Amino acid sequence: MAPLNIQQGTSRHSAYDLRDPNAEASERHTLAVTVDNEAGVLARVIGLFSGRGYNIDSLTVAEVDHAGHKSRITIVTTGTPAVIEQIKAQLGRIVPVYEVHDLTVEGPSVERELALFKVTGTGEKRVEALRLADIFRANVVDSTLESFVFEITGTPQKIDAFGELMRPLGLCEMARTGVAALARGN
Amino acid sequence: MTQPMTGAKMVVQALKDQGVDVIFGYPGGAVLPIYDELYQQTDIQHILVRHEQGAVHAAEGYARSTGKPGVVLVTSGPGATNAVTGITDALMDSIPLVVLSGQVPTFLIGNDAFQEADTVGITRPCTKHNWLVKDPDKLAETIHQGFHVATSGRPGPVLIDIPKDVQFAEGTYVGPVKAGHGHYHPKVKGDRETITRLVEAMETAERPIFYTGGGVINSGDAATQLLRELVEATGFPITSTLMGLGAYPASGKNWLGMLGMHGLYEANLAMHDCDLMICVGARFDDRITGRVADFSPNSIKAHIDIDASSINKTIHVDLPIIGDVAHVLEDLLRIWKSRGRKVNKEALKPWWAQIDEWKTVDCLRYTPSAQTIKPQYALQRLEALTRHRKDRFICTEVGQHQMWAAQFLGFEAPNHWMTSGGLGTMGYGMPASVGVQVAHPEALVINVAGEGSWLMNMQEMGTAVQYRLPVKQFILNNERLGMVRQWQSLLHGGRYSHSWSEALPDFVKLAEAFGAKGIQCSDPADLDDAIAEMLAYDGPVIFDCLVEKHENCFPMIPSGRAHNDMLLGDADTEGAIGTKGAVLV
Repeated sequence: MAPLNIQQGTSRHSAYDLRDPNAEASERHTLAVTVDNEAGVLARVIGLFSGRGYNIDSLTVAEVDHAGHKSRITIVTTGTPAVIEQIKAQLGRIVPVYEVHDLTVEGPSVERELALFKVTGTGEKRVEALRLADIFRANVVDSTLESFVFEITGTPQKIDAFGELMRPLGLCEMARTGVAALARGN
Repeated sequence: MTQPMTGAKMVVQALKDQGVDVIFGYPGGAVLPIYDELYQQTDIQHILVRHEQGAVHAAEGYARSTGKPGVVLVTSGPGATNAVTGITDALMDSIPLVVLSGQVPTFLIGNDAFQEADTVGITRPCTKHNWLVKDPDKLAETIHQGFHVATSGRPGPVLIDIPKDVQFAEGTYVGPVKAGHGHYHPKVKGDRETITRLVEAMETAERPIFYTGGGVINSGDAATQLLRELVEATGFPITSTLMGLGAYPASGKNWLGMLGMHGLYEANLAMHDCDLMICVGARFDDRITGRVADFSPNSIKAHIDIDASSINKTIHVDLPIIGDVAHVLEDLLRIWKSRGRKVNKEALKPWWAQIDEWKTVDCLRYTPSAQTIKPQYALQRLEALTRHRKDRFICTEVGQHQMWAAQFLGFEAPNHWMTSGGLGTMGYGMPASVGVQVAHPEALVINVAGEGSWLMNMQEMGTAVQYRLPVKQFILNNERLGMVRQWQSLLHGGRYSHSWSEALPDFVKLAEAFGAKGIQCSDPADLDDAIAEMLAYDGPVIFDCLVEKHENCFPMIPSGRAHNDMLLGDADTEGAIGTKGAVLV
């Protein structure tokens, strides 16, 4: 029996290059999806994730090309490599989707998120909150005698860290935009 | 062509420009302007169904039997929601449909107006794409793009929701050429390097098999021709899914029969033991794979599919080729020929010997009876008496009869077999047969049905009679929901919860009430004459074939089992499904 000259599980030359199809560990991926800015397009994307049981960790969307009516959706999702491949393929077949980029595997990228934190308190806690905000380069965008609203931009991890520090100092409300991301370089 | 006209007129003009000659629909308040335009022309025939679900299944039958998109016209609210089952069916089976629905006028949308439903919201997950057209100037362009999306790439249903004020408003009509196709252009050519690697695998494979599906038929006649040429030239065995029957002729010497849960023993064992699986336009559905972990454990798998999301969805494949079946097979054949038409002849001989040995199991055997008509016997006689008709089209409902039809009827050509595969829609076959007969007025169109499924859309007999469509409704009547009953017997200790009917109609009288012919047969000795009577009658017939009530459908891969673990008869069924398998459907 002459062995076949292909090894199972190799698809190096395929259009769909699964790195390790059998890996079970979940990975976090940031996907950038360019879509026609038409009615219902966000519902299609969200419906795909809920209908097929995929995770959405964060999702941001806004029109980025006014003349061309194109929006960019940035989705942060987690799943096994096989699930991530499926998500990309499923996104790719939505008719108003132009491009799907997996920023996590396509090379280095930058991710930023903006958040607003409302922190209430007086005395030493209030001073400490302001001091930490300075360290994190957060801006004060609203202030009363008993509260601040901080604006902070950074990676999700930085925002998480800032939120943890603010919690004992009187954090009472926060709003986050979700991740916006771009590939580095040209 | 650019000219001003009302939205309703544009709809009819766009359909004409797309070459549509027949549509299936049901009028209502929100589509009256379009119906008024239909009334004033003769190019497009409108078939008035009796229920919107019937319209969609009829359009599916039309589409599958012609290769052209089916067109449906329904009103807002209940008209659209009634169409949802059919649309979902078309999505699952990749059938090109253009569904036009009326909508309340734009200024009432969101007001809970009479007969308002969020049609694009409801149909978003069950269409390939859908549109709500609020601007009359965009209407013609949207309809043309709808046809493009429905028919290109992996085909599927689209829906265009048209508010009533848009139908009355004037706008500018654009023809199909000017409307363009937008940016939706699925890739049809496969990657040459991967195709070459598949050829290399084919040259050395010792136990190869072609596993083909509905994608071959959707790809068109060229794909069928290329597949046949490839199979004959290589001498490889070929099996097919339910959806792909007819792409390779049942009389072909390499044909193993259907595979899957109720597929043939030899087909499933060949899939399990092969060393090279060439999947062409099929999608490793759970009815095909059985237990995924044990699916064909020692094979190199190649997968040709136009839909990238089908690749590696359930089964990891080694050679994924994304492209249209016809384009890929053409390249595959060319490369294989240019490399000297090599196959591993030495190894193929014992492989075929093994397959022939599996065939001797005679997995479709059943215990014949002189007293009652066995459903398998009824289909064998139907096959014997109609096989010679090249213009024979078979539709089915869903259940045991559907599986027996797939096992016992032979399909020689594509587009002659209409069945609900993915969604498994009971009530599909009766309206589908209407659509097939509309497309092929002179053909022999038979709907093989069970009485349970058939009753789900029996109102369409009215359509058949109105349009003089001589469809033959061949009902295998066991007074049971046979497949439900079979699972209850395997899985639920024979507790037959609600799987029989105590109040079935008299089908002969029912036929007469509709203005059709009714025939009943209960004696195997009378069956041939009764079938001949059905075939000879020039008009719609309901054939009430009273069959054995407790026959089960074999062979069967019980849920949660592997391909090489099949039940061949009632004797094998004791404890066949474990607790893990029991949760599967």
